[in-house]
Amino acid sequence: MAIPKAKELGVNVATEPSMMTGAIPKKHWMDNPVTFKPGNYCYPGKKSIVEYHSKSFPGLFGVPREWEVESDDWKLPENWQKIIFEGMKERLGKFRSFKIFMDCCVRCGACADKCHFFLGTGDPKNMPVLRAELIRSVYRNDFTAFGKLFGRVANAREMTFAVLKEWFMYFYQCTECRRCSVFCPYGIDTAEITMMARELLHLVGVNTNWILEPAANSNRTGNHLGLQPHTFKDNAEFLLDDIETATGIRINSLTFNRKGAEILFIIPSADVFAEPGIFTFMGYLLLFDHIGLDYTISTYASEGGNFGSFTNNELMKKLNGKMFAEAERIGAKWILGGECGHMWRVVHQYMDTMNGELRKTLEVPKSPITGTVFENAASSKMVHISEFTADLIKHGKLKIDKRRNDHRCVTFHDSCNPARGMGLIDEPRYILENVCNKFYEMPENTIREQTFCCGSGTGLNTGEIMELRMRGGLPRANAVKYVEEKHGVDMLSCVCAIDRATLLALMEYWNPNVGVCGVSELVGNALIMDGEQARETDLRGEPLAGMEG
Amino acid sequence: MKHSFLAVIALVLVAMLGAQVPGLKSVFGVVIPWLAFVIFLGGFAYRVLQWGKSPVPFRIPTTSGQGKSLDWIKQDKYDCPATGAQVIIRMILEIFAFRSLFKNTKSEVHSGPKLTYESSKWLWLAGITFHYCFLIIVLRHMRLFTNPMPAFIAALEFGDGFLQIGAPTVYITDLLFVLALSFLFLRRLVNAKVRYISFAADYFPLFLILSIGITGILMRYFVRVDVVSIKQLAVGLTTMSLPAADVMDKIGTMFFIHLFLVCTLMVYFPYSKLMHLGGIFLSPTRNLANNSRMVRHINPWNDLKIKPHSYAGYEDDFREYMVNAGLPVEKELPKASEPEA
Repeated sequence: MAIPKAKELGVNVATEPSMMTGAIPKKHWMDNPVTFKPGNYCYPGKKSIVEYHSKSFPGLFGVPREWEVESDDWKLPENWQKIIFEGMKERLGKFRSFKIFMDCCVRCGACADKCHFFLGTGDPKNMPVLRAELIRSVYRNDFTAFGKLFGRVANAREMTFAVLKEWFMYFYQCTECRRCSVFCPYGIDTAEITMMARELLHLVGVNTNWILEPAANSNRTGNHLGLQPHTFKDNAEFLLDDIETATGIRINSLTFNRKGAEILFIIPSADVFAEPGIFTFMGYLLLFDHIGLDYTISTYASEGGNFGSFTNNELMKKLNGKMFAEAERIGAKWILGGECGHMWRVVHQYMDTMNGELRKTLEVPKSPITGTVFENAASSKMVHISEFTADLIKHGKLKIDKRRNDHRCVTFHDSCNPARGMGLIDEPRYILENVCNKFYEMPENTIREQTFCCGSGTGLNTGEIMELRMRGGLPRANAVKYVEEKHGVDMLSCVCAIDRATLLALMEYWNPNVGVCGVSELVGNALIMDGEQARETDLRGEPLAGMEG
Repeated sequence: MKHSFLAVIALVLVAMLGAQVPGLKSVFGVVIPWLAFVIFLGGFAYRVLQWGKSPVPFRIPTTSGQGKSLDWIKQDKYDCPATGAQVIIRMILEIFAFRSLFKNTKSEVHSGPKLTYESSKWLWLAGITFHYCFLIIVLRHMRLFTNPMPAFIAALEFGDGFLQIGAPTVYITDLLFVLALSFLFLRRLVNAKVRYISFAADYFPLFLILSIGITGILMRYFVRVDVVSIKQLAVGLTTMSLPAADVMDKIGTMFFIHLFLVCTLMVYFPYSKLMHLGGIFLSPTRNLANNSRMVRHINPWNDLKIKPHSYAGYEDDFREYMVNAGLPVEKELPKASEPEA
């Protein structure tokens, strides 16, 4: 799918007639049906993959079949409207959030211009309030007296194929980033509404392969790419060579599936095979070696990221359960988690509730190096690497040479989920302030709890919708550009594996001189390892400033 | 918008004509108010109970600030509460100060492209002004239902009229009420984004409440009504006693229009977006502590049958690769020399 050049798209965004540029659509939004064309939708799930999930969850993923999004026949089951109706009824009974969010929006419009997809597309249906109305209108028709009595006047409408198409379009143009929910006076969270809508879409077999296949892989092989155990191990160990090249030391502390390890370390699997995640991974390994941590990585639970969370709560739970199961199996005391966004939304807000039964002998996490007890993880027994590292730095346990990041001018992107679904905001900043000399914040309306999504979260990180992603990521890219021009920022750091993949594409497109890295990569650069050689390059093999030998 | 406007006009006409018909005065003055009040209370309670019936399976607060973490990291206690007490303060700030709305920004796209965000507090200002004025006006009306009138209502009246302009004294809340509502209405018309998403359920309550305000103001400042009789009626309503027929006759038509619109509002309230009054208290992104790693939150419908793909199953799939790669296994490979079973 060819997409316009950044310069062209930049002009389009600011000048094309859209709600962002002041154009008002002539038709009522209900009379404006969607048209699928190459570039504006993700490919549907393969039949074999849907069959795989259906074995664990009969019915939840609809009837496995081959279908095409652009076709007018989605090969839906005959009673698909009834399935949606029953599904909605069930969820209204199971989720108070869903019920309240359907009922109490006043359409004040505070959320309208908070969505990155709206800012980048100007499409009114990307205003969170209207995105919610797409499903609320059906809710009114089926579940409220006013909707039944007044129909269209009450903004109620029947569930038709056109509505279903609209749902598929716009609930896959929401990355569940929750930025709108920060501003909503009633805390209506579009992420929650999107989750419900996607669950309903799955019931009738309307889905995307880019989510379902990684989810299937995560279930069977442990990681979303489907790397088998030996490949996963080889990939990880390959990075030991790169560490040796950069630092001159051979790390021997990396083990896999080792019973008796004190800590189970779980990362988003992209960190072992894709740039720039691999540099983050090298940072983790250097850190653990530096402090002599007794840890192991599991090939069975080798995926922190939870692709199930982009489908339904059942698959989310199933995939997440591996974390506790594996920690118990190897007899770890607690779990340490790597830099990953959605993983942490699940770990922080869902894991203990969903899978607490699986955890039996885990202990309240205590740093073996500093003795700090992580009271904030007293129940779920899982600590974020930024919390762990910040604590080490605070206690002076790391030997650090900040100058080794002087070749970088760094800013920090708060990933949506750690920021708005966890409250992990200052830990990574504390680390950055301690491992690099040049750290600048982006404008205040674009960071912390107001941070902008990379534009490609919740399984939208797929090539077929590249223009959409570049539009959705524009607010983030634009804020980076601001600090690039003002302070010369050339490195966008983050604590999310999806970010490391998506921001890379986003920066290449909008700000080609800015790189992307994980916070732990910068930690790895700065660590003074015992027995290391004179460091001339960073972990990427790029020369360090003023240390060229 | 058209429908909503006509609906409110129709309501005014119904009351205006209805109150002229002999005998119907007590329907409009007593029966309908009582019915409306019962429907309001019953409907409100019903809706809240209906919401309450659905559980909160997951703890999903929107963390709008730094969470509780290491001791030396400063927590944003009221944007990211970790304890019940902190949640209460977050809720108080949300309910009484509209804190989330206060954070509102306005985004624009300029050539470049360049996106800008600036603070935008007009909606917050109009919203909070309207709500507080409404509250004070409702409290002020308690003078009609109480005998003797409690001191705090007298104080409220005095404060509200402290400008001491005109006779009867102009209440500040009356002015602000109409101003704020007009702003909210005009904003719906002028702001393209909001206009595009607005429909009858947004305009009708605006028109209705505005009409209640206007009829009230007309009665107080322009059209004479007999306040003594109104008070007799109102006190009668609280004691479930019918006022004498001549009392009803002394009350002007404007009052019946006002009262009928209020009744409509009460009946409409529980089945409309106005239930945000109840919803805000139950909103799971606001009223839960961000402590889901500290304390286990129980989901009543958690399905214990959903288990992760087992390690044993995983090892069965990949045992040979694992052994060859030197990964530890729970079950060794079958010895090559042994015949297959």
